[in-house]
Amino acid sequence: MIKLTVNGRAHQVDVDPDTPLLYVLRNDLELNAAKFGCGLGQCGACTVLLDDKPVFSCLVPVATLGERKVRTLEGLPKTLPAAFEAEQAAQCGYCIAGMIVRAQALLERNARPTEEEVRSHMAPNLCRCGTHMRILRAVRRAAEAMGGGVRDVAEQK
Amino acid sequence: MTRGGALAVGILLVCAAGVAAAVALAWHPEIDRITPPAPGSFDRYFVAEGEDLAKLGNCAGCHTNDPSEPLAGGRALDTPFGKVFATNITPHPDDGIGAWSGEAFERAMRRGIARDGTQLYPAFPYDHFTHATDHQIEALYAWLMTRRPIAGRAPETRLAGIYGFRPVVAAWNALYLNEGPLPADASRSSQWNRGRVLAEGLGHCGGCHTPRNRFGAEDIARAYNGAWTEGWYAPPLNAHSPAVRPWTPDELFAYLHTGLAPHHAAAAGPMAGVTRALAQVPDEDVRAIAVYIASLMADAPASKHDQPQPVDRLDVAQQQHPDAAALYAGACATCHDPGAPMMQLGRPVLSWGTPLHEDNPHDTVRIIMQGLTPPGGASGPTMPAYADMLSDQQVQDLAAYLRTRFTDKPAWSNVPAAVAEARK
Repeated sequence: MIKLTVNGRAHQVDVDPDTPLLYVLRNDLELNAAKFGCGLGQCGACTVLLDDKPVFSCLVPVATLGERKVRTLEGLPKTLPAAFEAEQAAQCGYCIAGMIVRAQALLERNARPTEEEVRSHMAPNLCRCGTHMRILRAVRRAAEAMGGGVRDVAEQK
Repeated sequence: MTRGGALAVGILLVCAAGVAAAVALAWHPEIDRITPPAPGSFDRYFVAEGEDLAKLGNCAGCHTNDPSEPLAGGRALDTPFGKVFATNITPHPDDGIGAWSGEAFERAMRRGIARDGTQLYPAFPYDHFTHATDHQIEALYAWLMTRRPIAGRAPETRLAGIYGFRPVVAAWNALYLNEGPLPADASRSSQWNRGRVLAEGLGHCGGCHTPRNRFGAEDIARAYNGAWTEGWYAPPLNAHSPAVRPWTPDELFAYLHTGLAPHHAAAAGPMAGVTRALAQVPDEDVRAIAVYIASLMADAPASKHDQPQPVDRLDVAQQQHPDAAALYAGACATCHDPGAPMMQLGRPVLSWGTPLHEDNPHDTVRIIMQGLTPPGGASGPTMPAYADMLSDQQVQDLAAYLRTRFTDKPAWSNVPAAVAEARK
Protein backbone atom coordinates (compact mmCIF):
# COMPACT_ATOMS: atom_id res chain seq x y z
CA MET A 1 0.00 0.00 0.00
CA ILE A 2 1.20 3.47 -0.87
CA LYS A 3 0.24 6.47 1.25
CA LEU A 4 -0.32 9.94 -0.09
CA THR A 5 -1.92 13.20 1.01
CA VAL A 6 -4.13 14.95 -1.52
CA ASN A 7 -5.97 18.20 -0.82
CA GLY A 8 -5.36 17.74 2.90
CA ARG A 9 -6.75 14.20 3.08
CA ALA A 10 -4.65 11.09 3.66
CA HIS A 11 -5.17 8.16 1.31
CA GLN A 12 -3.82 4.65 0.88
CA VAL A 13 -3.80 3.06 -2.55
CA ASP A 14 -2.87 -0.41 -3.71
CA VAL A 15 -0.95 0.24 -6.93
CA ASP A 16 2.47 -0.41 -8.43
CA PRO A 17 5.08 2.04 -7.14
CA ASP A 18 5.81 3.31 -10.65
CA THR A 19 2.16 4.22 -11.32
CA PRO A 20 1.97 7.89 -12.35
CA LEU A 21 0.33 10.14 -9.76
CA LEU A 22 -2.13 11.22 -12.47
CA TYR A 23 -3.54 7.69 -12.77
CA VAL A 24 -3.96 7.41 -9.01
CA LEU A 25 -5.75 10.75 -8.83
CA ARG A 26 -8.17 9.89 -11.60
CA ASN A 27 -8.64 6.13 -11.23
CA ASP A 28 -8.33 5.55 -7.50
CA LEU A 29 -9.27 8.86 -5.88
CA GLU A 30 -11.79 9.98 -8.50
CA LEU A 31 -10.24 13.43 -8.71
CA ASN A 32 -10.79 13.96 -12.41
CA ALA A 33 -9.77 17.61 -12.89
CA ALA A 34 -6.19 16.82 -13.97
CA LYS A 35 -6.22 15.40 -17.49
CA PHE A 36 -4.07 13.02 -19.47
CA GLY A 37 -2.78 14.98 -22.44
CA CYS A 38 0.53 13.76 -23.82
CA GLY A 39 1.92 11.58 -21.03
CA LEU A 40 5.34 13.07 -21.79
CA GLY A 41 5.40 16.17 -19.59
CA GLN A 42 5.08 18.46 -22.58
CA CYS A 43 1.51 19.81 -22.49
CA GLY A 44 0.66 20.54 -18.86
CA ALA A 45 -2.93 19.20 -18.87
CA CYS A 46 -2.01 17.00 -15.87
CA THR A 47 -0.50 19.80 -13.76
CA VAL A 48 -0.97 19.52 -9.98
CA LEU A 49 0.78 21.18 -7.04
CA LEU A 50 3.44 19.28 -5.14
CA ASP A 51 4.36 21.26 -2.02
CA ASP A 52 3.39 24.52 -3.76
CA LYS A 53 5.31 23.77 -6.97
CA PRO A 54 3.50 22.94 -10.23
CA VAL A 55 4.50 19.52 -11.60
CA PHE A 56 3.40 17.21 -14.42
CA SER A 57 1.53 14.47 -12.54
CA CYS A 58 1.85 12.12 -15.53
CA LEU A 59 5.61 11.88 -14.82
CA VAL A 60 5.54 11.64 -11.02
CA PRO A 61 5.63 7.99 -9.91
CA VAL A 62 3.29 7.75 -6.93
CA ALA A 63 5.89 6.01 -4.77
CA THR A 64 8.20 9.02 -4.97
CA LEU A 65 5.79 11.35 -3.11
CA GLY A 66 6.82 10.47 0.44
CA GLU A 67 5.62 13.17 2.82
CA ARG A 68 5.09 15.74 0.09
CA LYS A 69 1.56 17.08 -0.22
CA VAL A 70 -0.46 17.08 -3.42
CA ARG A 71 -3.08 19.66 -4.32
CA THR A 72 -5.36 19.43 -7.34
CA LEU A 73 -7.87 21.85 -8.82
CA GLU A 74 -10.56 20.29 -6.59
CA GLY A 75 -8.71 21.52 -3.49
CA LEU A 76 -7.97 25.09 -4.59
CA PRO A 77 -9.80 28.29 -3.62
CA LYS A 78 -12.37 29.46 -6.17
CA THR A 79 -10.71 32.78 -7.08
CA LEU A 80 -8.91 31.55 -10.18
CA PRO A 81 -11.75 29.32 -11.44
CA ALA A 82 -14.13 32.28 -11.10
CA ALA A 83 -11.76 34.51 -13.06
CA PHE A 84 -11.43 31.87 -15.80
CA GLU A 85 -15.20 31.70 -15.97
CA ALA A 86 -15.60 35.48 -16.08
CA GLU A 87 -13.12 35.73 -18.94
CA GLN A 88 -14.66 32.71 -20.70
CA ALA A 89 -11.13 31.37 -20.95
CA ALA A 90 -12.13 27.82 -21.82
CA GLN A 91 -12.91 26.70 -25.33
CA CYS A 92 -12.78 22.90 -25.25
CA GLY A 93 -11.64 23.13 -21.63
CA TYR A 94 -9.22 20.24 -21.64
CA CYS A 95 -6.19 22.31 -20.60
CA ILE A 96 -7.99 24.53 -18.11
CA ALA A 97 -7.51 22.55 -14.90
CA GLY A 98 -3.77 22.46 -15.55
CA MET A 99 -3.74 26.16 -16.41
CA ILE A 100 -5.54 27.13 -13.22
CA VAL A 101 -3.30 24.98 -11.05
CA ARG A 102 -0.14 26.41 -12.61
CA ALA A 103 -1.44 29.99 -12.24
CA GLN A 104 -2.31 29.25 -8.59
CA ALA A 105 1.31 28.37 -7.86
CA LEU A 106 2.47 31.71 -9.26
CA LEU A 107 -0.11 33.90 -7.52
CA GLU A 108 0.41 32.21 -4.15
CA ARG A 109 4.06 33.07 -4.36
CA ASN A 110 3.65 36.51 -5.90
CA ALA A 111 0.31 38.27 -6.28
CA ARG A 112 1.99 41.13 -8.17
CA PRO A 113 3.94 39.46 -10.99
CA THR A 114 4.97 41.27 -14.15
CA GLU A 115 3.29 40.38 -17.42
CA GLU A 116 6.55 38.76 -18.50
CA GLU A 117 6.68 36.64 -15.33
CA VAL A 118 3.12 35.46 -15.95
CA ARG A 119 3.91 34.52 -19.54
CA SER A 120 7.10 32.65 -18.79
CA HIS A 121 5.52 30.91 -15.79
CA MET A 122 2.54 29.75 -17.87
CA ALA A 123 4.69 28.74 -20.88
CA PRO A 124 4.93 24.99 -20.10
CA ASN A 125 1.13 24.61 -20.39
CA LEU A 126 -0.35 24.44 -23.87
CA CYS A 127 -3.88 25.24 -25.04
CA ARG A 128 -4.62 23.55 -28.33
CA CYS A 129 -7.62 25.78 -29.01
CA GLY A 130 -5.42 28.86 -28.71
CA THR A 131 -7.26 30.72 -25.92
CA HIS A 132 -3.97 31.80 -24.34
CA MET A 133 -4.92 35.49 -24.48
CA ARG A 134 -8.11 34.85 -22.52
CA ILE A 135 -6.18 32.68 -20.09
CA LEU A 136 -3.75 35.54 -19.50
CA ARG A 137 -6.68 37.92 -18.93
CA ALA A 138 -8.11 35.47 -16.39
CA VAL A 139 -4.79 35.31 -14.54
CA ARG A 140 -4.65 39.12 -14.43
CA ARG A 141 -8.23 39.28 -13.15
CA ALA A 142 -7.51 36.70 -10.45
CA ALA A 143 -4.35 38.54 -9.37
CA GLU A 144 -6.44 41.68 -8.81
CA ALA A 145 -9.09 39.71 -6.96
CA MET A 146 -6.36 38.38 -4.67
CA GLY A 147 -5.36 41.94 -3.74
CA GLY A 148 -2.47 42.18 -6.16
CA GLY A 149 -2.41 42.62 -9.91
CA VAL A 150 -0.23 41.97 -12.91
CA ARG A 151 2.17 44.82 -13.49
CA ASP A 152 2.22 45.78 -17.14
CA VAL A 153 5.36 46.18 -19.18
CA ALA A 154 5.28 49.97 -19.08
CA GLU A 155 5.05 49.95 -15.29
CA GLN A 156 8.15 47.76 -14.95
CA LYS A 157 10.58 50.29 -16.38
CA MET B 1 80.15 54.69 -1.95
CA THR B 2 80.02 51.63 0.27
CA ARG B 3 79.42 48.23 -1.23
CA GLY B 4 76.04 48.16 0.50
CA GLY B 5 75.15 51.51 -1.03
CA ALA B 6 76.12 50.35 -4.52
CA LEU B 7 73.97 47.25 -4.07
CA ALA B 8 71.03 49.40 -2.99
CA VAL B 9 71.40 51.65 -6.01
CA GLY B 10 71.72 48.58 -8.24
CA ILE B 11 68.54 47.04 -6.83
CA LEU B 12 66.80 50.37 -7.21
CA LEU B 13 67.86 50.60 -10.87
CA VAL B 14 66.67 47.05 -11.59
CA CYS B 15 63.34 47.84 -9.92
CA ALA B 16 63.00 51.07 -11.87
CA ALA B 17 63.74 49.25 -15.12
CA GLY B 18 61.16 46.63 -14.18
CA VAL B 19 58.56 49.26 -13.44
CA ALA B 20 59.38 51.05 -16.70
CA ALA B 21 59.04 47.79 -18.63
CA ALA B 22 55.75 47.01 -16.91
CA VAL B 23 54.43 50.49 -17.66
CA ALA B 24 55.53 50.16 -21.30
CA LEU B 25 53.76 46.79 -21.48
CA ALA B 26 50.60 48.02 -19.81
CA TRP B 27 50.34 51.45 -21.38
CA HIS B 28 48.40 51.72 -24.60
CA PRO B 29 47.44 54.95 -26.34
CA GLU B 30 43.84 56.02 -26.58
CA ILE B 31 42.57 55.79 -30.15
CA ASP B 32 40.64 58.91 -31.18
CA ARG B 33 36.88 58.88 -31.06
CA ILE B 34 35.14 58.84 -34.39
CA THR B 35 31.65 59.93 -35.36
CA PRO B 36 29.71 56.67 -35.75
CA PRO B 37 29.75 55.80 -39.46
CA ALA B 38 26.36 55.92 -41.19
CA PRO B 39 24.92 52.38 -41.41
CA GLY B 40 24.49 52.89 -45.16
CA SER B 41 28.24 53.34 -45.57
CA PHE B 42 28.85 49.60 -45.08
CA ASP B 43 28.51 47.10 -47.90
CA ARG B 44 25.40 45.04 -47.13
CA TYR B 45 26.95 41.71 -48.16
CA PHE B 46 29.83 42.45 -45.84
CA VAL B 47 27.34 43.20 -43.07
CA ALA B 48 25.53 39.92 -43.77
CA GLU B 49 28.82 38.06 -43.49
CA GLY B 50 29.48 39.78 -40.18
CA GLU B 51 26.08 38.66 -38.93
CA ASP B 52 26.94 35.02 -39.64
CA LEU B 53 30.24 35.43 -37.80
CA ALA B 54 28.53 37.08 -34.82
CA LYS B 55 26.23 34.08 -34.53
CA LEU B 56 29.11 31.68 -34.96
CA GLY B 57 30.94 33.43 -32.12
CA ASN B 58 27.69 33.71 -30.12
CA CYS B 59 28.44 37.34 -29.20
CA ALA B 60 24.87 37.72 -27.94
CA GLY B 61 25.38 34.78 -25.55
CA CYS B 62 27.31 37.08 -23.22
CA HIS B 63 26.57 40.58 -24.51
CA THR B 64 22.77 40.33 -24.45
CA ASN B 65 21.10 40.36 -21.06
CA ASP B 66 17.62 41.61 -21.90
CA PRO B 67 16.45 40.12 -25.24
CA SER B 68 14.65 43.39 -26.07
CA GLU B 69 18.02 45.18 -25.92
CA PRO B 70 20.32 43.00 -28.04
CA LEU B 71 24.08 43.43 -27.50
CA ALA B 72 23.56 46.16 -24.88
CA GLY B 73 25.54 44.15 -22.33
CA GLY B 74 24.89 43.81 -18.60
CA ARG B 75 25.06 40.05 -18.29
CA ALA B 76 27.36 38.92 -15.49
CA LEU B 77 29.83 36.14 -16.13
CA ASP B 78 30.87 34.37 -12.93
CA THR B 79 34.61 33.80 -12.90
CA PRO B 80 36.89 32.56 -10.09
CA PHE B 81 38.07 36.18 -9.84
CA GLY B 82 34.63 37.74 -9.48
CA LYS B 83 31.75 38.85 -11.66
CA VAL B 84 32.71 40.27 -15.03
CA PHE B 85 29.95 42.27 -16.68
CA ALA B 86 29.69 42.06 -20.47
CA THR B 87 29.72 45.56 -21.95
CA ASN B 88 27.43 47.36 -24.36
CA ILE B 89 28.71 46.61 -27.89
CA THR B 90 25.93 48.41 -29.78
CA PRO B 91 27.13 51.42 -31.82
CA HIS B 92 25.92 53.89 -29.18
CA PRO B 93 28.58 56.65 -29.24
CA ASP B 94 28.94 57.01 -25.46
CA ASP B 95 27.69 53.79 -23.88
CA GLY B 96 28.61 51.35 -26.66
CA ILE B 97 31.34 51.17 -29.29
CA GLY B 98 29.91 53.77 -31.69
CA ALA B 99 32.98 55.99 -31.30
CA TRP B 100 35.36 53.10 -32.04
CA SER B 101 37.20 53.14 -35.36
CA GLY B 102 37.88 49.89 -37.21
CA GLU B 103 41.43 50.13 -35.88
CA ALA B 104 40.21 50.40 -32.27
CA PHE B 105 37.89 47.43 -32.78
CA GLU B 106 40.66 45.32 -34.25
CA ARG B 107 42.98 46.17 -31.34
CA ALA B 108 40.30 45.05 -28.88
CA MET B 109 39.72 41.81 -30.78
CA ARG B 110 43.39 40.99 -31.22
CA ARG B 111 44.95 42.36 -28.03
CA GLY B 112 42.13 42.97 -25.57
CA ILE B 113 42.58 46.73 -25.31
CA ALA B 114 39.61 49.09 -25.28
CA ARG B 115 39.51 52.22 -27.46
CA ASP B 116 40.51 54.41 -24.50
CA GLY B 117 43.61 52.29 -23.89
CA THR B 118 42.40 50.32 -20.85
CA GLN B 119 42.93 46.58 -20.63
CA LEU B 120 39.90 44.36 -21.09
CA TYR B 121 39.63 41.25 -18.95
CA PRO B 122 40.18 37.97 -20.80
CA ALA B 123 36.65 36.87 -19.86
CA PHE B 124 36.23 38.53 -23.26
CA PRO B 125 37.95 35.75 -25.24
CA TYR B 126 40.36 37.91 -27.26
CA ASP B 127 42.92 35.13 -26.76
CA HIS B 128 40.75 33.33 -29.35
CA PHE B 129 39.45 36.26 -31.38
CA THR B 130 43.04 37.27 -32.07
CA HIS B 131 43.19 34.26 -34.44
CA ALA B 132 40.39 35.58 -36.66
CA THR B 133 41.30 36.84 -40.12
CA ASP B 134 41.41 40.56 -40.91
CA HIS B 135 38.45 40.04 -43.21
CA GLN B 136 36.41 38.40 -40.42
CA ILE B 137 37.15 41.19 -37.95
CA GLU B 138 36.24 43.84 -40.51
CA ALA B 139 32.97 42.06 -41.36
CA LEU B 140 32.09 41.74 -37.68
CA TYR B 141 32.80 45.45 -37.22
CA ALA B 142 30.53 46.29 -40.16
CA TRP B 143 27.72 44.22 -38.65
CA LEU B 144 28.09 45.65 -35.14
CA MET B 145 28.21 49.25 -36.38
CA THR B 146 24.94 48.75 -38.27
CA ARG B 147 22.99 47.52 -35.21
CA ARG B 148 20.52 49.67 -33.29
CA PRO B 149 22.43 51.92 -30.86
CA ILE B 150 21.13 51.36 -27.35
CA ALA B 151 21.88 53.69 -24.45
CA GLY B 152 22.94 52.40 -21.06
CA ARG B 153 26.19 51.09 -19.68
CA ALA B 154 26.68 47.71 -18.07
CA PRO B 155 27.52 47.73 -14.35
CA GLU B 156 31.21 48.38 -13.68
CA THR B 157 33.28 45.20 -13.30
CA ARG B 158 35.07 45.30 -9.94
CA LEU B 159 37.29 42.32 -9.27
CA ALA B 160 38.78 41.74 -5.85
CA GLY B 161 42.41 42.37 -4.85
CA ILE B 162 45.15 42.72 -7.42
CA TYR B 163 42.78 41.71 -10.22
CA GLY B 164 40.84 44.92 -9.69
CA PHE B 165 43.88 46.75 -11.11
CA ARG B 166 43.45 46.33 -14.88
CA PRO B 167 47.08 46.93 -15.92
CA VAL B 168 47.98 43.53 -14.40
CA VAL B 169 46.26 42.02 -17.43
CA ALA B 170 49.29 43.18 -19.44
CA ALA B 171 51.37 40.58 -17.64
CA TRP B 172 48.71 37.97 -18.44
CA ASN B 173 48.88 38.94 -22.10
CA ALA B 174 52.67 38.70 -22.12
CA LEU B 175 52.43 35.16 -20.75
CA TYR B 176 49.35 33.75 -22.44
CA LEU B 177 48.29 35.79 -25.45
CA ASN B 178 49.46 34.19 -28.67
CA GLU B 179 48.63 37.12 -30.91
CA GLY B 180 47.61 37.08 -34.54
CA PRO B 181 46.10 34.85 -37.23
CA LEU B 182 46.98 31.16 -37.28
CA PRO B 183 49.34 29.98 -40.02
CA ALA B 184 47.65 27.48 -42.34
CA ASP B 185 48.55 23.80 -42.02
CA ALA B 186 49.43 22.80 -45.59
CA SER B 187 49.12 19.09 -44.79
CA ARG B 188 45.38 19.52 -44.13
CA SER B 189 42.44 20.29 -46.40
CA SER B 190 41.26 23.85 -46.89
CA GLN B 191 38.00 22.84 -45.16
CA TRP B 192 39.92 21.66 -42.10
CA ASN B 193 41.94 24.88 -42.05
CA ARG B 194 38.79 26.95 -42.39
CA GLY B 195 37.24 25.01 -39.51
CA ARG B 196 40.32 25.53 -37.40
CA VAL B 197 40.29 29.30 -37.89
CA LEU B 198 36.57 29.40 -37.02
CA ALA B 199 36.81 27.07 -34.01
CA GLU B 200 40.03 28.48 -32.55
CA GLY B 201 39.11 32.06 -33.47
CA LEU B 202 35.62 33.52 -33.30
CA GLY B 203 34.02 30.21 -32.29
CA HIS B 204 36.27 30.09 -29.17
CA CYS B 205 35.39 26.43 -28.46
CA GLY B 206 38.38 26.13 -26.11
CA GLY B 207 36.87 28.87 -23.93
CA CYS B 208 34.67 26.19 -22.36
CA HIS B 209 36.30 22.88 -23.34
CA THR B 210 39.92 23.62 -22.33
CA PRO B 211 40.81 23.69 -18.62
CA ARG B 212 42.28 26.92 -17.25
CA ASN B 213 45.26 27.49 -14.99
CA ARG B 214 45.16 29.45 -11.73
CA PHE B 215 45.38 32.72 -13.63
CA GLY B 216 42.36 31.88 -15.74
CA ALA B 217 44.37 31.20 -18.90
CA GLU B 218 43.64 28.17 -21.02
CA ASP B 219 46.17 25.42 -20.33
CA ILE B 220 47.33 24.80 -23.90
CA ALA B 221 49.18 21.62 -22.90
CA ARG B 222 45.76 20.21 -21.99
CA ALA B 223 43.80 21.76 -24.87
CA TYR B 224 40.25 20.38 -25.16
CA ASN B 225 40.70 18.12 -22.13
CA GLY B 226 37.26 19.08 -20.79
CA ALA B 227 36.52 21.88 -18.32
CA TRP B 228 33.92 23.46 -16.04
CA THR B 229 31.67 26.26 -17.11
CA GLU B 230 28.72 27.68 -15.15
CA GLY B 231 28.41 24.45 -13.15
CA TRP B 232 28.36 22.29 -16.28
CA TYR B 233 31.14 20.03 -17.48
CA ALA B 234 32.14 20.70 -21.09
CA PRO B 235 33.45 17.25 -22.07
CA PRO B 236 36.83 16.58 -23.70
CA LEU B 237 36.99 17.12 -27.46
CA ASN B 238 40.24 15.25 -27.98
CA ALA B 239 41.55 11.69 -27.52
CA HIS B 240 39.93 11.74 -24.05
CA SER B 241 36.40 12.14 -25.45
CA PRO B 242 34.10 9.88 -23.42
CA ALA B 243 31.70 9.44 -26.37
CA VAL B 244 30.51 5.88 -27.00
CA ARG B 245 29.94 6.24 -30.73
CA PRO B 246 32.50 7.97 -32.95
CA TRP B 247 32.11 11.68 -33.53
CA THR B 248 32.18 11.76 -37.32
CA PRO B 249 32.02 15.10 -39.17
CA ASP B 250 28.40 14.25 -40.12
CA GLU B 251 27.33 13.49 -36.53
CA LEU B 252 29.06 16.59 -35.27
CA PHE B 253 27.53 18.73 -37.99
CA ALA B 254 24.04 17.48 -37.02
CA TYR B 255 24.77 18.17 -33.36
CA LEU B 256 26.12 21.68 -33.88
CA HIS B 257 23.43 22.62 -36.37
CA THR B 258 20.33 21.15 -34.68
CA GLY B 259 21.35 20.54 -31.05
CA LEU B 260 20.80 16.81 -31.49
CA ALA B 261 23.05 14.00 -32.73
CA PRO B 262 21.23 10.70 -33.30
CA HIS B 263 24.12 8.58 -31.95
CA HIS B 264 25.14 10.85 -29.11
CA ALA B 265 22.89 13.22 -27.22
CA ALA B 266 21.06 16.54 -27.17
CA ALA B 267 22.96 19.74 -26.43
CA ALA B 268 22.35 20.87 -22.85
CA GLY B 269 23.40 23.71 -20.55
CA PRO B 270 25.44 26.49 -22.14
CA MET B 271 25.96 24.34 -25.27
CA ALA B 272 22.24 24.47 -26.06
CA GLY B 273 22.52 28.23 -26.66
CA VAL B 274 25.61 27.68 -28.80
CA THR B 275 23.76 25.23 -31.07
CA ARG B 276 20.78 27.58 -31.33
CA ALA B 277 23.18 30.27 -32.58
CA LEU B 278 24.95 27.83 -34.93
CA ALA B 279 21.58 26.80 -36.38
CA GLN B 280 21.58 30.21 -38.08
CA VAL B 281 25.13 29.99 -39.45
CA PRO B 282 25.76 28.88 -43.07
CA ASP B 283 26.11 25.11 -43.41
CA GLU B 284 29.61 25.24 -44.87
CA ASP B 285 30.99 27.10 -41.83
CA VAL B 286 29.42 24.65 -39.35
CA ARG B 287 30.59 21.73 -41.48
CA ALA B 288 34.15 23.08 -41.48
CA ILE B 289 34.09 23.34 -37.68
CA ALA B 290 32.73 19.79 -37.50
CA VAL B 291 35.55 18.50 -39.73
CA TYR B 292 38.18 20.22 -37.57
CA ILE B 293 36.77 19.21 -34.16
CA ALA B 294 36.10 15.63 -35.31
CA SER B 295 39.76 15.40 -36.34
CA LEU B 296 40.79 16.26 -32.75
CA MET B 297 38.85 13.20 -31.58
CA ALA B 298 40.36 10.82 -34.15
CA ASP B 299 42.26 8.98 -31.39
CA ALA B 300 39.33 8.83 -28.95
CA PRO B 301 38.28 5.34 -27.82
CA ALA B 302 34.98 5.50 -29.74
CA SER B 303 36.76 6.38 -32.98
CA LYS B 304 38.93 3.29 -32.67
CA HIS B 305 36.35 0.85 -31.27
CA ASP B 306 32.79 1.75 -32.12
CA GLN B 307 30.22 0.16 -29.79
CA PRO B 308 27.05 0.09 -31.88
CA GLN B 309 25.27 -2.23 -29.39
CA PRO B 310 23.84 -0.07 -26.59
CA VAL B 311 24.70 -1.18 -23.04
CA ASP B 312 21.57 -2.03 -21.04
CA ARG B 313 22.30 -3.79 -17.73
CA LEU B 314 18.68 -3.79 -16.64
CA ASP B 315 18.96 -6.64 -14.10
CA VAL B 316 22.07 -5.37 -12.33
CA ALA B 317 20.63 -1.87 -12.09
CA GLN B 318 17.29 -3.17 -10.83
CA GLN B 319 19.05 -5.21 -8.16
CA GLN B 320 21.34 -2.42 -6.98
CA HIS B 321 18.80 0.41 -7.11
CA PRO B 322 15.26 -1.02 -6.77
CA ASP B 323 13.67 2.32 -5.76
CA ALA B 324 15.26 4.16 -8.65
CA ALA B 325 14.14 1.42 -11.03
CA ALA B 326 10.50 2.20 -10.17
CA LEU B 327 11.25 5.90 -10.43
CA TYR B 328 12.77 5.41 -13.87
CA ALA B 329 9.79 3.32 -14.99
CA GLY B 330 7.32 6.03 -13.94
CA ALA B 331 9.23 9.19 -14.79
CA CYS B 332 11.65 8.39 -17.63
CA ALA B 333 10.58 5.28 -19.53
CA THR B 334 7.66 6.89 -21.38
CA CYS B 335 10.22 8.82 -23.42
CA HIS B 336 13.51 6.96 -23.07
CA ASP B 337 12.69 3.25 -23.20
CA PRO B 338 13.15 1.39 -26.47
CA GLY B 339 9.85 1.58 -28.35
CA ALA B 340 8.74 4.82 -26.68
CA PRO B 341 7.27 7.34 -29.15
CA MET B 342 10.24 9.64 -28.74
CA MET B 343 12.67 6.85 -29.56
CA GLN B 344 10.69 6.08 -32.71
CA LEU B 345 11.54 9.61 -33.81
CA GLY B 346 15.23 8.74 -33.77
CA ARG B 347 16.30 10.18 -30.42
CA PRO B 348 19.59 8.84 -29.02
CA VAL B 349 19.38 5.92 -26.61
CA LEU B 350 20.52 6.82 -23.09
CA SER B 351 23.54 4.53 -23.18
CA TRP B 352 25.02 6.60 -26.00
CA GLY B 353 24.58 9.90 -24.18
CA THR B 354 27.96 11.38 -23.32
CA PRO B 355 26.97 12.71 -19.86
CA LEU B 356 26.50 9.21 -18.41
CA HIS B 357 30.03 8.31 -19.51
CA GLU B 358 31.74 11.38 -18.09
CA ASP B 359 33.96 10.99 -15.02
CA ASN B 360 31.59 13.12 -12.97
CA PRO B 361 27.79 13.13 -12.56
CA HIS B 362 27.29 16.90 -12.88
CA ASP B 363 25.87 17.06 -16.41
CA THR B 364 23.57 14.08 -15.82
CA VAL B 365 22.27 15.58 -12.59
CA ARG B 366 21.73 19.01 -14.15
CA ILE B 367 19.89 17.57 -17.14
CA ILE B 368 17.57 15.61 -14.82
CA MET B 369 16.89 18.61 -12.61
CA GLN B 370 16.75 21.43 -15.15
CA GLY B 371 15.59 19.48 -18.19
CA LEU B 372 16.09 20.85 -21.67
CA THR B 373 13.98 23.96 -22.02
CA PRO B 374 14.45 26.06 -25.14
CA PRO B 375 13.62 29.71 -24.38
CA GLY B 376 10.18 31.02 -25.38
CA GLY B 377 9.54 30.73 -29.08
CA ALA B 378 12.71 28.73 -29.81
CA SER B 379 12.57 25.14 -30.99
CA GLY B 380 14.97 22.37 -30.03
CA PRO B 381 15.27 19.22 -27.96
CA THR B 382 12.90 19.37 -24.99
CA MET B 383 12.79 17.56 -21.68
CA PRO B 384 10.82 18.49 -18.57
CA ALA B 385 12.75 19.65 -15.50
CA TYR B 386 12.50 17.23 -12.56
CA ALA B 387 13.89 19.53 -9.84
CA ASP B 388 10.40 20.12 -8.39
CA MET B 389 9.18 16.56 -8.93
CA LEU B 390 11.99 14.66 -7.23
CA SER B 391 13.76 15.02 -3.89
CA ASP B 392 17.55 15.31 -3.74
CA GLN B 393 17.78 11.70 -2.65
CA GLN B 394 15.63 10.58 -5.57
CA VAL B 395 17.77 12.48 -8.09
CA GLN B 396 20.88 10.88 -6.57
CA ASP B 397 19.37 7.40 -6.80
CA LEU B 398 18.22 7.98 -10.35
CA ALA B 399 21.65 9.21 -11.47
CA ALA B 400 23.29 6.16 -9.90
CA TYR B 401 20.73 3.87 -11.53
CA LEU B 402 21.29 5.38 -14.97
CA ARG B 403 25.07 5.07 -14.62
CA THR B 404 24.76 1.40 -13.61
CA ARG B 405 22.19 0.48 -16.19
CA PHE B 406 23.44 2.29 -19.29
CA THR B 407 27.23 2.20 -18.88
CA ASP B 408 29.81 -0.37 -17.81
CA LYS B 409 31.80 2.25 -15.93
CA PRO B 410 32.30 2.38 -12.12
CA ALA B 411 29.73 4.17 -9.98
CA TRP B 412 30.18 7.91 -9.43
CA SER B 413 31.39 8.86 -5.96
CA ASN B 414 30.26 12.48 -5.72
CA VAL B 415 26.59 12.45 -6.72
CA PRO B 416 25.19 14.12 -3.55
CA ALA B 417 27.52 17.11 -4.01
CA ALA B 418 26.50 17.44 -7.65
CA VAL B 419 22.81 17.45 -6.67
CA ALA B 420 23.36 19.99 -3.89
CA GLU B 421 25.26 22.24 -6.29
CA ALA B 422 22.57 22.03 -8.97
CA ARG B 423 19.87 22.76 -6.34
CA LYS B 424 21.42 26.17 -5.52
